[in-house]
Amino acid sequence: MDKLQAIVDQYQKVPGGLIEAFHAVQDEYAYIPEEALRRLAKAFEVPLARAYGIASFYSYLSLKPRGQYIIRICKSAPCHVKGAAEVVKTLEEELAIRMGETTPDQLFTLEFTECVGVCAETPVITINGEPYGDLTSAKVKEILAQYRQPQ
Amino acid sequence: MREEKRISLKHYGLIDPDQIEDYLEHGGYQSLQKALSQPPAAIVQAVKDAGLRGRGGAGFKAGIKWGFTLQTPAEQKYIICNADEGEPGTFKDRLIMEGDPHLVLEGMAIAGYAVGASKGYIYCRGEYPYIVKRLKRAIEQAREKGLLGTNRFESNFSFDVEVRMGAGAYICGEETALIESLEGKRGEPRSKPPFPGVAGLWGKPTVVNNVETLAAVPWIIEHGATAYQQIGASRYPGTKIFTLTGDVARKGFCEVPTDVTLRELVYDFGGGVAGGKKLQAVQVGGTSGAFLPESLLDTPADLDSMAAVGGTLGSGAVLVVDETRDLVDLAVTIASFFKHESCGKCTPCREGTFQLHRLLEKISRGQGSRQDLETLERLMWIMTQASFCGLGHTAPTPILTMLQYFPDPFNNRVNSQAG
Repeated sequence: MDKLQAIVDQYQKVPGGLIEAFHAVQDEYAYIPEEALRRLAKAFEVPLARAYGIASFYSYLSLKPRGQYIIRICKSAPCHVKGAAEVVKTLEEELAIRMGETTPDQLFTLEFTECVGVCAETPVITINGEPYGDLTSAKVKEILAQYRQPQ
Repeated sequence: MREEKRISLKHYGLIDPDQIEDYLEHGGYQSLQKALSQPPAAIVQAVKDAGLRGRGGAGFKAGIKWGFTLQTPAEQKYIICNADEGEPGTFKDRLIMEGDPHLVLEGMAIAGYAVGASKGYIYCRGEYPYIVKRLKRAIEQAREKGLLGTNRFESNFSFDVEVRMGAGAYICGEETALIESLEGKRGEPRSKPPFPGVAGLWGKPTVVNNVETLAAVPWIIEHGATAYQQIGASRYPGTKIFTLTGDVARKGFCEVPTDVTLRELVYDFGGGVAGGKKLQAVQVGGTSGAFLPESLLDTPADLDSMAAVGGTLGSGAVLVVDETRDLVDLAVTIASFFKHESCGKCTPCREGTFQLHRLLEKISRGQGSRQDLETLERLMWIMTQASFCGLGHTAPTPILTMLQYFPDPFNNRVNSQAG
């Protein structure tokens, strides 16, 4: 894991940089592998239990492998009243997985999220942080098709 | 009809946010120049005189915060810009940072000069990776122009800014939890006192201000404290950005003087209820805000006027709920949010939000009893009294106000219980 060493080197000296390092690990691996957690705990001189406690505290961080595209569906009140449940249904049907799961080809992961701050275009999802709003079932299918094409 | 007045959003849509030249051509960084020609205490006094209060929700007086930090001697002090806007329905800080990132940097630099801080952090929520990129680009440009970094303006004052990305925790909007997170820890709130103004980031005196608060500072320096103080409500002067969401005809935002009424927000700016339906409720202040009925729509939206009717201003998010929506279902959604976002540090909040959700879900399924409603009320009272921080104090607000103003859906659901 040379990439991991580069991340350790880059953030080790940053005061309070452990969470930034977690972000960098996730950008690389889509989640925080155990090896990364161990190496970062050591580099930041915190017990492994505490590093785990930090990584598991934040909903943006995952200790479970995830797909290449992480689709997060907002379930906060403004999206809820504007039909978030319909978006969930379409995504689950289209990808043939349930919320929290990853497609067998490792392409998509479905997660719930709370508000992503795009509330004038409810309901909203984000795919790897990129927001898509004013969703309908048809629009969700179109967006998925774009991501399914080999890039 | 009431008109907008743009202070924090004064350049929104008018300049290219990725070009510092554009900001400079629109008078950018002139307020910082002006501030640097005055003693730091005069800048703190100006912010006090302007009556600027925090725009994140708590409404604490910014000048008082700055005064604490100015008066506390330390070799290192910090300015933290709280850009962790997590209150559902709120996107005002995103608008400011997206449309005018340098305005935030300028506000931070002025704050830094006023209190004697040389380093600033922007703690931007993880949901806005595209904003983090924009802010980093803006900081780079400001450094190239010699506006940030060392030896600025041939003065002795230097100020630099770093962006840190949050990781999806609502609690980190609470200033001491935010500081913990910036230090690379779990975002759990600290005991106060000491307040951050005296002992904050790494134990150093730290000013923590919301994006919208800092974005008002350059205007105050440019136009003077009196001009700002005369806008809007006298005890909560200036402008406020409101975000309109839910069943409103025109979802969006507006920046208006703080004496705007809820009716003006919903009907003048939002175009009323979508689809010609009737209004059932408005929730003002985000998901931790109060649900209010039609009869209170003529209340001015400023913090004190809202508090006087048992309402909240909070972040300025306005959720419009039409007559067709099931408030009990909405209550479950809101309780689920707080259950997820409670940090777990204190029992009243950790267990309270869990039980709140459990009881409301039970009631929503038609399996609740009158006894459950009574338990709910007692539980919420305990949460408001005994929780460690604002999260647990305010989590019951939406449910309490629903029960106060809209008891029927809850009573009906409980009464429909079979057996």
